[in-house]
Amino acid sequence: MTANNVSLSPAPRYRPSLSLQGKLKPYFGSPGNSIITLGCVLVIAWAFRHVIDWLLLDAVFTGTPATCQKESGACWPFLVAKLRFMLFGFYPFQEQWRPLLCLFLFFGTCAAAMTPALWGRRLVLGAVFACAIIFWLMLGGSAGLSYVPTSKWGGLPLSFMLCVVGLVCAFPLGVLLALARASQLPAIRVLSVVFIELVRGVPLISILFMASVMLPLFLPSGLNIDNLLRAQVAIVLFAAAYIAEVVRGGLQALPKGQAEAASAMGLHYWQTMRLIVLPQALKIVIPPLVSLFIGFFQDTTLVTIVGLLDFLDTVRAAMRDPQWQGIAVLEGYVFAAVVYLIFSAIMGAYSRFLERRFRVGHD
Amino acid sequence: MRVAQTPFGLNFRDNRTRGILYQWLCVAGVAAAGLYLFGNVSQNLARQNIATGFSYLWREAGFVISQSPINYQPSDTYAKALLVGILNTIRVSILASIVATIIGTLVGIGRLSSNPLFARLMLLYVEALRNVPLLLLLFLSYAVIVTILPPVREALQLLPFVFLSNSGLAVPAVAWNIDHTIIAATLVAGCALAFGYARHLTHRRIESGADQARWPLIGVLVFGPGVLAWLILRPDLTFSLPEPGRFRLAGGTRLTPEFVALLVGLALSASANVAEIVRSGILSIRKGQREAAAALGLRPARIMRLVILPQALRVIIPPMTSAYLNVFKNSSLAIAIGYPDVVMVSNTTMNQTGQAIEPVALFMLVYLGLSITISLFMNWYNTRVALRQR
Repeated sequence: MTANNVSLSPAPRYRPSLSLQGKLKPYFGSPGNSIITLGCVLVIAWAFRHVIDWLLLDAVFTGTPATCQKESGACWPFLVAKLRFMLFGFYPFQEQWRPLLCLFLFFGTCAAAMTPALWGRRLVLGAVFACAIIFWLMLGGSAGLSYVPTSKWGGLPLSFMLCVVGLVCAFPLGVLLALARASQLPAIRVLSVVFIELVRGVPLISILFMASVMLPLFLPSGLNIDNLLRAQVAIVLFAAAYIAEVVRGGLQALPKGQAEAASAMGLHYWQTMRLIVLPQALKIVIPPLVSLFIGFFQDTTLVTIVGLLDFLDTVRAAMRDPQWQGIAVLEGYVFAAVVYLIFSAIMGAYSRFLERRFRVGHD
Repeated sequence: MRVAQTPFGLNFRDNRTRGILYQWLCVAGVAAAGLYLFGNVSQNLARQNIATGFSYLWREAGFVISQSPINYQPSDTYAKALLVGILNTIRVSILASIVATIIGTLVGIGRLSSNPLFARLMLLYVEALRNVPLLLLLFLSYAVIVTILPPVREALQLLPFVFLSNSGLAVPAVAWNIDHTIIAATLVAGCALAFGYARHLTHRRIESGADQARWPLIGVLVFGPGVLAWLILRPDLTFSLPEPGRFRLAGGTRLTPEFVALLVGLALSASANVAEIVRSGILSIRKGQREAAAALGLRPARIMRLVILPQALRVIIPPMTSAYLNVFKNSSLAIAIGYPDVVMVSNTTMNQTGQAIEPVALFMLVYLGLSITISLFMNWYNTRVALRQR
């Protein structure tokens, strides 16, 4: 009975080495590794030097376009002079506190919507209410606020609005499409498959084109839809098809027994979906949905092509200003890239947080 | 038991009856909406005196396309202009996909490097590119090319005979003629022959166990026909090399700044996606697979080729398909920087003819058709590498 005598001691714990030699090992463990490390250090140093040069050492901090033209570095006065225009576009200058307030309302609502502890019916009502207030603030025309037509809207509030309103409207539509695609009724399934595949097979630009050029022809004469609304409809339809595919993944991942057990309990179709299937399926697909949403925030930039002034377009318009043209050629784009980078990074961090929170632990 | 009397003799408590009813309602709703919209369209078109139909395709286009893979003149038809647009779209998509695959694979493997500094650097690359909109990337690379790069006279020399300046990229070109096409065709035929022969050998080895050295004969099959054709045809091989002149580069092929900016933007943004796909594919293979293969005595290269890659490809191919489809669809952003792809040509057509529906419908059809072709091909490849289950 030797086997019984084997003592089962726990495996020795992995202890990261605290000595300097141990810490350097991953970087200089072998000749090849040392070369890679040195190469990386060189690349980083080179990039760092150029960035510092451009941003600070060679940069112009105060002055006119003429001073900027002389120096090779970044032109900060351009950002200072054009910041309000880049953020709010052609919105009347005196009234720009309204879009600013809207931006803060947006951030507040998004922060609330991103807190799992607050999720519930109240939050949905609150978000709808906040959207209504934002819309009223932007449009004006009552209660002492002057009327600002949508053609004057622009900048960051417009980008956020297109993205958030688009996703809020597209989400229920996408879930319905996913349910239709998983349905047992062939005609309904075929219709939703055709819609989803058609939309996913063509680029967003073509749908925006369709909305801005063809939609007026499809409506009865006399009915004129605002350009902003047309682009919004296009984004909603486009997003719905992609959301439907993500949600379908969640529906497929759910064991069939769940729906069968629910109908055995006497629940009808909608009850089964609302109470049993969707809560579980949607929980599975939260991380891919968030990364889809990051993509859509970036995709709202395409509305510039059908003539809406989103954030990227106001930045470009600022760079085309005759006073600054040819002087600030990169500053605007770098600024826009940083803004998009920050928002996408926040969403990415949030997605990782959700992934940790919803991980069903088996390991 | 009595069945309750129902209108039309239908029992609405029956699930099947209700299902059929719902489907009819749904189809009828869609059809009614379609008819309503169609009615509006024909009314509006008639009222605004807009011509319909595709007859415009055979009229003279009359606009210049800045670059075209086939010979195109403004006096050609709209149909030919559209074809040029389609070819331009395909050309930039394929090139961007190839570049993105190469960079992305390297970066994806680099992210798994045991050197933390290198892995972080690669992570930075991926995150920076994934979090910036593609359109911004396109504008940025176009601005860099047009405003930051030196003029032609002081063009940067990247490689021997490759010059980069604010008027684009100049690369060597071959004076291509029919002989070259024949030689290329024989090379392709040689590869097909070698592929068939290798399959035959593998088959025979599985059947009878007889193995033989395969590389010499395969080498002969791949290159033999090409070399033979070369010796017979003896084509004159004249390279046209770009030479820096006083005011412009003489010779070679000039790639426009729009093309280079679009290629760079598309390839970079796609390479970040490809890197993530490759990384997750390699991570999906358990460590035991590599260890077991090593225990069987396989050398590292064979472990990669015979054990790791075939399994990783199964995970990699479906998302890679959608990555390629995305490159293809994203190439439509070309219109923002003025590269004459299918969307831009259609847009010009739309403005000139006043017909909105047909050009948009045509280019949507083109995208749809090519998307479906690509996904069919990738699905076929996917079923070939997929795990065979009972």
